[in-house]
Amino acid sequence: MTPAAYPHRHLLGIEPLEPSHITAVLDTAEALREVLDRPIKKVPALRGKTVVNLFYEASTRTRASFEIAEKVLSADSLSIATSTSSVQKGETLLDTAKNLEAMNPDMIVLRHAASGAPHFLARHCRSAIVNAGDGAHEHPTQALLDALTLRQKKGRLEGLRVAIVGDVLHSRVARSNVWLLTKMGAEVILCAPPTLLPPGIEALAPVTYRIEEAVEGADAIMMLRIQQERMTGGYFPTVREYHARFGLTEERVRRAKRDVLILHPGPMNRGVEIASEVADGPYSVILDQVTNGVAVRMAVLYLLLGGSEAVA
Amino acid sequence: MSQRLLLKGGRVIDPGRAVDADLDLLLVDGEVADLDTRVAARGAEVIDVGGLVVCPGFIDLHTHLRQPGREDKETIATGTRAAAAGGFTAVCAMPNTEPVNDQAGITRSIREAAEREGAVRVWPIGAITRGSKGEELAEYGDLREAGCVAVSDDGRPVASARVMRRALEYAKAFDLTVIDHCEEPTLSQGASMNEGPVATMLGLRGAPGAGEAIMVERDVLLAELTGGKVHIAHASTATSVDAVRRGKARGVRVTAEATPHHLLLTDELVRASEYDTSTKMNPPLRAEADRQALIQGIRDGAIDCIATDHAPHTVDDKKVEYDAAAFGIVGLETAVALCLDRLVAAGLISLDRLVELFSTRPAAILGLPGGTLAPGAPADVTVLDLTRRHKVDPARFLSKSRNTPFGGWTLKGAPALTIVAGRVAWGHGR
Repeated sequence: MTPAAYPHRHLLGIEPLEPSHITAVLDTAEALREVLDRPIKKVPALRGKTVVNLFYEASTRTRASFEIAEKVLSADSLSIATSTSSVQKGETLLDTAKNLEAMNPDMIVLRHAASGAPHFLARHCRSAIVNAGDGAHEHPTQALLDALTLRQKKGRLEGLRVAIVGDVLHSRVARSNVWLLTKMGAEVILCAPPTLLPPGIEALAPVTYRIEEAVEGADAIMMLRIQQERMTGGYFPTVREYHARFGLTEERVRRAKRDVLILHPGPMNRGVEIASEVADGPYSVILDQVTNGVAVRMAVLYLLLGGSEAVA
Repeated sequence: MSQRLLLKGGRVIDPGRAVDADLDLLLVDGEVADLDTRVAARGAEVIDVGGLVVCPGFIDLHTHLRQPGREDKETIATGTRAAAAGGFTAVCAMPNTEPVNDQAGITRSIREAAEREGAVRVWPIGAITRGSKGEELAEYGDLREAGCVAVSDDGRPVASARVMRRALEYAKAFDLTVIDHCEEPTLSQGASMNEGPVATMLGLRGAPGAGEAIMVERDVLLAELTGGKVHIAHASTATSVDAVRRGKARGVRVTAEATPHHLLLTDELVRASEYDTSTKMNPPLRAEADRQALIQGIRDGAIDCIATDHAPHTVDDKKVEYDAAAFGIVGLETAVALCLDRLVAAGLISLDRLVELFSTRPAAILGLPGGTLAPGAPADVTVLDLTRRHKVDPARFLSKSRNTPFGGWTLKGAPALTIVAGRVAWGHGR
């Protein structure tokens, strides 16, 4: 992999990336994924590099995925969650980051509730910054792992019809996926009740309020989580009606292509946005997504930290 | 011994009296004494203003001086120096200080501090409601007597239509204008920028323009109902301009201001600057169509004046995540230069109109002394240099704060000399 294939110092979002940069990450992930199948899952690619995982929001999957990726590539890593840090004592994001930087890390992986928080760190810090989810803005590694999963199963991204269904308004996953899929030539359709669609989103992808229309002929359906606090936030009358009108049921899945893939960034609300039969059904690739998450994060670490050692 | 100052050889523009000619201006003992083609010095200090433009002093209807309470952001001393350096001879001080200026005693303390430390005139604005809580009216009679020139709950908009109605009615007794920051609070909860495609892309919560226009429409209707005078602070949307224009056509006593930043910038800058918190203010930067409507408004008179909404904040208040950052930018030291370059030099408004927007109209809206160079008027004069090129350098601001999105802009045209009560308050290079 030449540096020119991914000429960025940070990964702040999918939006600024060229299709060739996305392909570079996916190809690198594909190459690195094989390491995960080895009996000894460790390569020295990032030996001597230090990565700080700075998580200001609860996260199981994303944080674990980054940590495993860091360990497999032999980076030294440290994870800080807000509940155990001096953030509880009122320290600002910038002060926390500057203090961590005094320990000379090569990279900070940041999860934060404020959109643009990674851009803020990128402006004021020396380290490479990876956005592990910022507010309702972007979650680039999630979109990359979704793309990797789709590409593995379908052999391509171009021309795929992908429905993204659920709380688009608050979803960074939706935004990153819309950017990525449209850049790569897939056809995206968004579906949600109008109260959960952000204004002007139709400039990025077509919108429907009918899930039947969204999933019709779909190659893939990405379900977005309805967060607990939204269920009582007045965005829709009841969970029962949401499931009845916008939930993914087996009957609705049958409108999609026969080999449709169902993706969900997790954690799922069974019986709300997705019926259990669908979540556990044969077309569900939700667990493949988790494995690919590690591979994609290995690729991002590798490309940004200029891994030089041979991987194979 | 009288105090005499002669401004010699300038181009004098006084739109209120349709003056635009090369004239000498003599100021004696704090008043305009003479304005003629040649005025003899006779013992006066003479300043040669040949090649410069001499105007009635500029008045900012919307300034946050932060004193009392937030002297870490700005004080009357620093804020009025910034005003003088920006070409303003008077500022109207918004009441959202700590404590809120809702009592005569606080008003008096502001005026006394301004007498002692102020570089320009300070006209205090009192609160509409006690503590700006939107519930009980403040004592307008006392506030007026202590020196308040208007009432406003700026920054904490009056949510209740009933309270606003009472305010407009009661204010009539003391000839006070009610200045409203128009924002329907339930529509803008948690917002940090304009609602629209840019906010959607950035994942930031947006305040819809409709939330502002709803309140402008409400206020126009209530002013019509009560016969009170309402002034719309920092109008930022096309719909607000339209509501004011329709109200004026019906004869409602409504006026409106726009800020330089809403006239010159759009929400695209939030994206282009990658969440730079100096693009965060309330009301937020809007869409291009809104900006165009504001420009149309200052051209055709739907918008009466330009005001800064000078809102100083410390570095700590701004050097944080976008959501967490304080709303507001400083404006006193950039407003006039920005408008000279981007509105006058750009051919959007005439120089005469600029002087109306910064002086004649602000004085008329609140009935303040000034806004004219008629004999007997206060000797408040703003002198402009239309040719001076300069780069906005926040490090050299006289304000305590630096929060501006205009740093690094190169502008042609700037204030040259600010004269308050016949004395030089600030001069370029002086």
